[in-house]
Amino acid sequence: MEKIKDKAIFKFITVVVIPLLILIVIETKMNDYYKTVVILLFINVILAAATNFTNGITGIFSLGTASFMAIGAYVGSLLTLPPDMKCSRIQGIPAFIAEIKLPFFAALLISGLFAAVFAGIIGIPILRAKGHYLAVITLGTVIVVKSLLDNLTSITNGSRGISGMEGYSTLPVTVLVTVLSLYVMYRIKTSSLGRGMIALKNDEDAAESLGISRFRVRLFSFMISAFFAGIGGCLWAHLQRSIAPSMFYLTETFMILEMSVLGGMESLSGAIPGAAIITFFPYLLSDFSTGGEIFGIKVPKINGITNIVMSVLFILVMIFRKGGIFRENDYIFDAMFSPDTYSGLFKKEHDDVLKKDV
Amino acid sequence: MNFFIAEIINAIKLGSIYALIAIGYSIVYSILGLINFAHGDLMMVAVYSLWVLMNLKIPFALAVILAVIITMLLAIITERVAYRPLLNNGEETLIITSLAVSILLQSISQAVFGIDNKALKVPVFFTKRIQIADFTVSVMNFVILAVTIVSVIVLAFILKKTRIGLAMRAIKDNSLAADFMGINRKAVIVAAFGIGSALAALAGITYTGEYVSFDPQMGFMLGIKAFIAAVIGGLGSITGAALGAFVLAFLEIFFAGYLPDSIASYQTVFVFLILILVLLVRPDGLLGKNAKRS
Repeated sequence: MEKIKDKAIFKFITVVVIPLLILIVIETKMNDYYKTVVILLFINVILAAATNFTNGITGIFSLGTASFMAIGAYVGSLLTLPPDMKCSRIQGIPAFIAEIKLPFFAALLISGLFAAVFAGIIGIPILRAKGHYLAVITLGTVIVVKSLLDNLTSITNGSRGISGMEGYSTLPVTVLVTVLSLYVMYRIKTSSLGRGMIALKNDEDAAESLGISRFRVRLFSFMISAFFAGIGGCLWAHLQRSIAPSMFYLTETFMILEMSVLGGMESLSGAIPGAAIITFFPYLLSDFSTGGEIFGIKVPKINGITNIVMSVLFILVMIFRKGGIFRENDYIFDAMFSPDTYSGLFKKEHDDVLKKDV
Repeated sequence: MNFFIAEIINAIKLGSIYALIAIGYSIVYSILGLINFAHGDLMMVAVYSLWVLMNLKIPFALAVILAVIITMLLAIITERVAYRPLLNNGEETLIITSLAVSILLQSISQAVFGIDNKALKVPVFFTKRIQIADFTVSVMNFVILAVTIVSVIVLAFILKKTRIGLAMRAIKDNSLAADFMGINRKAVIVAAFGIGSALAALAGITYTGEYVSFDPQMGFMLGIKAFIAAVIGGLGSITGAALGAFVLAFLEIFFAGYLPDSIASYQTVFVFLILILVLLVRPDGLLGKNAKRS
């Protein structure tokens, strides 16, 4: 007897139909405030999945996602802003950058590529390091990228940042890009290359003895992760419509790490609950952080209450459920991206019976 | 020439502070194999405790001692609550947890004291300036150097002459063998955290005594830089940590002082380039032959 959760129709309804219905309701019925939160959720899912791709799957413990995100955001914004706007806002911008104006999707792709190339360049020296060293160096990438963005004023407008981007990241666009990104990452993870990554994480020497190039696979994984972080950053820039170097700093780094760890670093699906918790939590606690009344009880204004609660939760998760919510299972994407889910819908009952007889 | 000597004085001052923090890092690292991201934030805790105690009109000397004790207690509590349950869970877990502890300490002090800068008013004695040849140097400079030297001597004494120091060195050399010899590892870890945090507290207090202003996030970047210093010198080695601290401080000060402003603003970039370079050329640091790497 097939369990209900293994039935194709059950999978199809839970991972495809219900989310789609919810999204349609949000898109048509909700106001912009809630839509923004939901778009943010999807962007965070990309960022968390990109982080899981290196941290959990390949075993490169990187804290650098925010820096790739920053590169994506800046490249994307510079490519989509109209030339006259760039000239008036950014003092002394080089002409060749000012003149470019690309459609959003081209800019999205290029911003991802830029982040990936950057990751490739820095990855060659830094991926030799492991563990603590790598963690600090990648944290260093975040600090270095912020310092570059702050100081290269003729391109980035320094600490004031860039604003005035069109709000291209609408809900349908973001959902489409997110699903595509997740699909690509999931397919890489389940390919032979992805199995090589997992093998490298579990036992480097054994994996290398089977002909998996430690250096190449790790670099590739790092670049893929950066690519999607860059895309996430570009979407983010076109949602917020104004970016500054301080947005891609330690707070963001910690947020991305929280999403990745809470959901489960070793699972791409973990990005979804992880991002959901981190995205919605600040809104639940917003009464505390501004002061006000909750259930009729007056609460004083508490600075950084979100961070306090999140970091305590974080420590508890590390102690009691190290693998996060999903551990290494990919329930959601296994169901969402597997052809069986869709072909199973049209299969007749007796097909199953026949299969069992064989 | 005068500028050169002033820069040397600055570098020694900064180097002494980095050394205090980096040595603390190294001690905890050599016992636990843990890079405690929250180590820098312990400095912040010490400074805030001192500030509160001084506002309570407690005499300065007593307040400093109490602040150091509070910091040590807090470090030992975090070890007990957050790190001990995770000891055998792999280094990533510990890195993540220590980052979380770091953010937690910062956020709590933001919640309690607000996010704005505060100023620490040390007694006038420390800010007095002394004329030496052509230079006026504040007493604080000497205090910083003295604190560092005395701490290193005390630490060397603890490590070489006491039982707990012997146990620490044993665990660092071969932790499995140390376990077989019946060394109480938990006690040693607590001692390592205590010593490390006391050094961090002293570093925080002297740093703020010199640069006056402090805020909840003051410790993080200093902690990272001290970590880099410890890596340059060789993680796990105490002489290495001190050496690395001075090397980093000199490079940093002279980089900022002697290069044109347009390049000098990339000081942080430069610091991380040094880190990458050291890891490429000498992964075990300048002195870290015995540093264990996992």
